[in-house]
Amino acid sequence: MPKSEAKITGARLMVELLEEYGVDIVFGYPGGAILPFYDELYKSTKIKHILVRHEQGAIHMAEGYARSTGKLGVCIATSGPGATNLVTGLTDARLDSVPILAITGQVATNAIGTDAFQEADIYGITIPITKYNALIKSADDIARHFEEATLIALGGRPGPVLLDFPKDVQTELTNVRKSSKLKINPRHYQKPPISGDLDSFAAALNKAKRPLLYVGGGAINAHASKEIRELAEKGNIPVTTTLMGIGAFPGTHKLAVGMLGMHGTAYANKAVLECDYILNLGARFDDRVAKPGEFAENAIRAHIDIDTAEFNKRVSVDHILHGDLKEVLKVLIPKVEKVDRSPWLEYLDTIKKNHPLEFDDSSDSIKPQAFLQKLFEKSKGKAIVSTDVGQHQMWAAQYYLFDEANKWLTSGGLGTMGYGLPAAIGAKFGNPNSTVICVSGDGSIQMNIQELATIAMYKKGVKILIFNNNFLGMVRQWQELFYEERFSESEWNYNPDFVKLGEAYSIKGMRVATKSEVEKAIDFFLEGDEARILEVMIPAEEKVFPMIPAGKSQKDMIEFSDTLRTGKK
Amino acid sequence: MKHILKILVNNHPGVMSHVSGLFTRRSYNIDSIAVGVTDNPEISSMVIVVKGDDSVVEQVKRQLLKLPDVIDVEDLAYHDCISRELVLVVVQCSDSNRTEIISICEVFQARIADLTKTTFTIEFSGNTRQVNHFIEMMQKYGIEEIARTGQIALRYRS
Ligand SMILES: Cc1ncc(C[n+]2csc(CCOP(=O)(O)OP(=O)(O)O)c2C)c(N)n1
Repeated sequence: MPKSEAKITGARLMVELLEEYGVDIVFGYPGGAILPFYDELYKSTKIKHILVRHEQGAIHMAEGYARSTGKLGVCIATSGPGATNLVTGLTDARLDSVPILAITGQVATNAIGTDAFQEADIYGITIPITKYNALIKSADDIARHFEEATLIALGGRPGPVLLDFPKDVQTELTNVRKSSKLKINPRHYQKPPISGDLDSFAAALNKAKRPLLYVGGGAINAHASKEIRELAEKGNIPVTTTLMGIGAFPGTHKLAVGMLGMHGTAYANKAVLECDYILNLGARFDDRVAKPGEFAENAIRAHIDIDTAEFNKRVSVDHILHGDLKEVLKVLIPKVEKVDRSPWLEYLDTIKKNHPLEFDDSSDSIKPQAFLQKLFEKSKGKAIVSTDVGQHQMWAAQYYLFDEANKWLTSGGLGTMGYGLPAAIGAKFGNPNSTVICVSGDGSIQMNIQELATIAMYKKGVKILIFNNNFLGMVRQWQELFYEERFSESEWNYNPDFVKLGEAYSIKGMRVATKSEVEKAIDFFLEGDEARILEVMIPAEEKVFPMIPAGKSQKDMIEFSDTLRTGKK
Repeated sequence: MKHILKILVNNHPGVMSHVSGLFTRRSYNIDSIAVGVTDNPEISSMVIVVKGDDSVVEQVKRQLLKLPDVIDVEDLAYHDCISRELVLVVVQCSDSNRTEIISICEVFQARIADLTKTTFTIEFSGNTRQVNHFIEMMQKYGIEEIARTGQIALRYRS
């Protein structure tokens, strides 16, 4: 019998497809409904399975892996509770356009819909939070579903896909190893042809006296860093990035004006107010950045994106180019003229000087901003940095600069506390030779702290920095500024001893509370390729500035210096 | 402004929830939805009637096109399509008004599908305006039950 006709089980086929596809690492957690698949994984010599402590950890690891390597991230869970534990991660990957393939076990097809043990309609649950999902009904369909799912996850604007894999389909025999005909339209995975009026697009840009590039996460997905730099340098155009776009343009470049939006730099937000032309490159006019009707209201607004649904979604634009950002820029750049824009650049330099990122470093306590500056220096800006969500995330975005893409891993769209530690672990698996730092808070770290065990088990040298303010700091900041200091449920009066907790997992740690210890602490932290926990005690009242209050526009930005005037810090 | 969206989708289960989910998530009210298979058994056609201004409907259209199972979306303006809706109405009748109801049905070219001593079951199809009008006419006799299919539509050929 020719090999192609020999029958194999669905589970075997799934493993072979993953191998053929080049997947060499998967993150997961076993359970009854996915056992046949795990049995085949056990036999695989090509795929390494990373056993996590919680399925949410598995999917965030897959995200960290995918973001830092540009490859597909794969995670596995069993049916029911295993599958539902993926929901937050799927939503996170959806909002931040991360290519993830989740494979979930499901009860046998004849039990589906009967409230069987550990049954959850994960297909139904994940419809709104995946780019694509499918319930595999027959082993003969596995090859097609696999191919469709991977093409969709990585094609166009990337995103998460889920394949629900019933137990009996895992054991069913099939000889269909290749999909004969895909059911989805090629537009879902092929690069779209470039559409839009390139000439008028370029003409408007060439005429602009004060143009600004506004770069989002799409620029990273499109690997367009080189082209963006070329465009900026050729046209002498300053560049601001969103939280997701950090690294797409070198943070230390003279044309860089830093991050914009709610906690963006004053100079980026002022540049938005005063530019006469703003070119959105793969960003989505997110509500933390742009207020409809007020965003860059005096400017001509232009947008390049691969996702047509982003055009005019929140902010109306004057010029549109649809296509893969890298491809579009390649044809646009030759049409962009070299223009001397020194008055605009000099003006921005003055604003930079007069409105720097600032904080008060006069007391003896450690300021997280100063700490991150030092960390940036000592790690030479080379580390891959993941964060959790809160003040520490914004300080990291402001003070740790990135000159390269795929080194900044943060939950932008969903703002998922608990993302940082597993994302860092996933990144370390994908980049074993890089320094990987997780910047977290005492709140966030406790959301997936069980993954310290994964670090210990696989001896992964992840560096974990915990800024401890004994508060849910960002919540406290809002309560202080907008709720008259009623600190409802934001104060912790109990934290574990993080250093001892690390010791329980054989991870070395240190706690620092005064400035004089900082240098030594960072050296200890970065030393070698071992996991470390560094707990940094910081003042609870320290805040993130500048800040644009929620729902307000660039005009309403509060700067650190404003708080000095009002006496409130 | 009302829009009639004609959506071609792969004919398999779950597609309906994907599509309708997109509308509910954005809290758009669907006036009606009708689904049927096309001449190609692998493809179904969904006709969805929604209210919304043009830019909103344009957004929905683009979001729909992102769903892998959606093959095509056409926004049919009311005036350039033929639309039909089927309704079944059970109307109370008595000896005294029976002939009156029959003659109204004749005017509307509605078909009496069933009758009992006390009721008529009437079948009527037309565009939404006609269907609404017909139902209104029947209301005074007392409607016991009603079933509407939602609109289906096709673009006029030129
Ligand atoms: C899963 C989840 N729950 C709640 C929130 C709301 N939230 C945003 S920031 C924040 C406080 C984070 O505190 P911590 O991790 O200690 O960081 P800090 O702000 O103190 O740096 C909270 C509760 C969230 N983003 N994610």
